[in-house]
Amino acid sequence: MSFDGLIEAIIDGVLTGGVYALMAAGLSLIFGVMDIINIAQGAMVVLGAYLSYVLSVHLGIDLFVGLLITAPAMFALGVVLEWGFMRRLREGDRTAMSILVTYAFAIIIEGVLTKIFSTDYQQLSAPYINDSIHILNFYLPVIYLLGFAMAVVLLGGLYLLFFRTKFGRGLRASLQNRTAADLIGINVNRTRMIAVGIGVAVTACGGMVYGATVAFNPNSGYDLISRLLAIVILGGMGSIGGAMASAVVLLVLADVVAAAWSPVWSILVFYVAIVLVLSLRPSGLFGARAVRAQ
Amino acid sequence: MSAPGAAEPGAPAAPPGEAVPGDARRRLASSLVALVPLAAAIVFPLLESGNQGDMSIAVFALIFMAAVSAWNIFSGYSGYLALGHAVFFGTGAYTIALIGTDWHVPAGWALMALLPVCGVVAGLVAIPVGLVALRVRRHTFVVVTIGVFFIFQTLATNLAFTGGTSGIQVPFVLWSSTVFNQRFYYVALVIVVATVALSWAVRRSRFGLQLMAIRDDEDRARGMGVRTARVKLAAFVISAIPVGVVGGLWAYFLGSVYPQSAFDPLFDIALALMGFFGGIGTISGPLVGALLLESLQQYFTQKFSANGLYLIVYGSLFLVVILLMPRGIVPSASQWLRSWRAQRADRTSTPTAGASVAEVAR
Repeated sequence: MSFDGLIEAIIDGVLTGGVYALMAAGLSLIFGVMDIINIAQGAMVVLGAYLSYVLSVHLGIDLFVGLLITAPAMFALGVVLEWGFMRRLREGDRTAMSILVTYAFAIIIEGVLTKIFSTDYQQLSAPYINDSIHILNFYLPVIYLLGFAMAVVLLGGLYLLFFRTKFGRGLRASLQNRTAADLIGINVNRTRMIAVGIGVAVTACGGMVYGATVAFNPNSGYDLISRLLAIVILGGMGSIGGAMASAVVLLVLADVVAAAWSPVWSILVFYVAIVLVLSLRPSGLFGARAVRAQ
Repeated sequence: MSAPGAAEPGAPAAPPGEAVPGDARRRLASSLVALVPLAAAIVFPLLESGNQGDMSIAVFALIFMAAVSAWNIFSGYSGYLALGHAVFFGTGAYTIALIGTDWHVPAGWALMALLPVCGVVAGLVAIPVGLVALRVRRHTFVVVTIGVFFIFQTLATNLAFTGGTSGIQVPFVLWSSTVFNQRFYYVALVIVVATVALSWAVRRSRFGLQLMAIRDDEDRARGMGVRTARVKLAAFVISAIPVGVVGGLWAYFLGSVYPQSAFDPLFDIALALMGFFGGIGTISGPLVGALLLESLQQYFTQKFSANGLYLIVYGSLFLVVILLMPRGIVPSASQWLRSWRAQRADRTSTPTAGASVAEVAR
């Protein structure tokens, strides 16, 4: 592999990593807030992509402007799911049950999308989607640059929200000790509900960039969820910054493997990373949390 | 994770020891009741021999009944949610296909007789997988099994001897269409009965008690002298074997193996869904869950294939059951039955206050 090829793979990996971080942030956030592993995350990404598709094809709204509509809509969906289902799972085996319940969400979302859009592949389009910027010897696709920029802005915004605002303090307090948070007057249920809504809304943005960069159909969610899980586990469940960092690391690795060896093996990077990381740290990156729960 | 109903006194198949007068008679009655569905299953093909669509649904349902029962031996009793059993299903499927093509075993009963080999290979694969995955606990374990599963799927897609995405054709059996479904049905039924017997034997044994102790409190079980790592690994391997056997049967029944269908993430999740639906940790729960869900899914696929509607119905139904009966159908139903009995007993006789409280406490 040439040096230029390596650099190109790394640049590609960093940019794609931003897109994946945007898709994985919601998964990490929802686990951090609710102890829920959201298997429907992949389906929600695809749902976000289809919402953007409808707005851009039928109403002619620009993809990024359309987010002003799809993100609030997905926020509402997240709020409904939290209120209707997630908070009703029993505390003791919530994580195990959440895998099943959110899997049912994924099936239903897939069913609704298949019914409306059929299983044909779609891709989002906009005038700038195939543009790229030429720097030195490398072509940087504009859509990836925009996606990466959006990931930095949104995830940075989430960081500020959690660590610099009263809402964020209340949220972190209710994670540390629910009873104490209740006692000092934090509305724990409402705080969690909003946090889940934010997680799903960010997923809508990830879905838009995903749909603009690859072709998708209602089944694409299953392909995504395993990669998103790998990213979130490596970054530490619940950590937004960790998701960003591990998404970039994993995608750079995957792109380098694809360039040096063969694209078919690049997917292995994600799964080997999961197994290795978790086996070398037997307590897992859930460790602290699992101990607390006992 | 709390025990979903299994270890409570008075549950359908509670271990002996706390014998109450009249308990033995009730147990005899319930084992006779267990024979009724078996008899029905034996007679079923004779009544349905005209309808090949129904027969093939029945074969798939039996395959899943065996797989979920086997999965339950590990996940139900130990409380560790394994989402990677498709690894063993796929291993079994590829084993029978490779035996059929590379060893030139004639299709027919000869190949059918080699199904146990699929179980052995799946069991051997389960040893290293279990050694890696069982180093971690609970939630982390779930994710590691998912990761291992995808590694196997990628390997099956890209290695040379698996035939890549074009898969492998299993030698075709020259049985007439009526006999074909019927024979596969009875072989599947035998596997189901054997798996249930295995599950029952584990449940009644010291080994099964150790597994359930791990489920209830792993650290305490370890403190009491249970060799947790060894017990978990043994259960993991035991539960992989029947899954490998039905994987082989499934591939033989369909006549071909592809990486996407043999190593199917939906299979992983289907086992868990069916287990929870029927009642995890019980003996009859996995059977009920697999029978209802797999039949329903096959029926929907036959009726409205390639239509999102069946996904919506399936997902919604599952959601409703999980929310209304979080412990599954069998434990919830037997709880209702018990409280109904207790009420009836209260009405017919007027027992002493203490006895009535004990009955309600169950």
